[in-house]
Amino acid sequence: MTDFGDSFAPPPPQGKDDKELQEFLFVEKQKAQFNAQIHEFNDFCWDKCVEKPGSKLDSKTETCLTNCVDRFIDVSLLITNRFAQLLQKSGGV
Amino acid sequence: MDSLPSGLSNTQKDELMDQVKQQIAVANAQELLTKMTEKCFKKCISKPGTSLDNSEQKCIAMCMDRYMDSWNLVSRTYGVRIQKERNRMS
Repeated sequence: MTDFGDSFAPPPPQGKDDKELQEFLFVEKQKAQFNAQIHEFNDFCWDKCVEKPGSKLDSKTETCLTNCVDRFIDVSLLITNRFAQLLQKSGGV
Repeated sequence: MDSLPSGLSNTQKDELMDQVKQQIAVANAQELLTKMTEKCFKKCISKPGTSLDNSEQKCIAMCMDRYMDSWNLVSRTYGVRIQKERNRMS
């Protein structure tokens, strides 16, 4: 999921005709992935943070939501790094 | 990615781009709608009766607004974080 590395690399150069379209599609794909990720975050952070929906999001809920997103990314990075270490130690790829 | 059909005129290219953008926007709205319906049904309808009563309808309306607030907040938070991670890596 959260792929901060490669997904931000520029698209590989292509035939001059297609270049504009390639770039356009690359950007749109990035935006779509970003949006899909937000849907996913909002899905489970809503379950974790929002009790009864009121007339506005109170500050406690807002803090919970921002923390939820940031901590999820922390966990994702932590697990990715540790998993890579485990693979290295076991002599895997 | 497969190579794209070459020799598109500029108008065709613009049309194609517009179509892609529109389809993405529709898909995005559908996803939001599906999620919102599911989440707000869960929050507001504890025991489904013979019709949606007034308080349930009010709850649904409020829930929709809050779900969108939440979506926007999550979007901002995620955007800020991505920016931070990119700066850290470059």
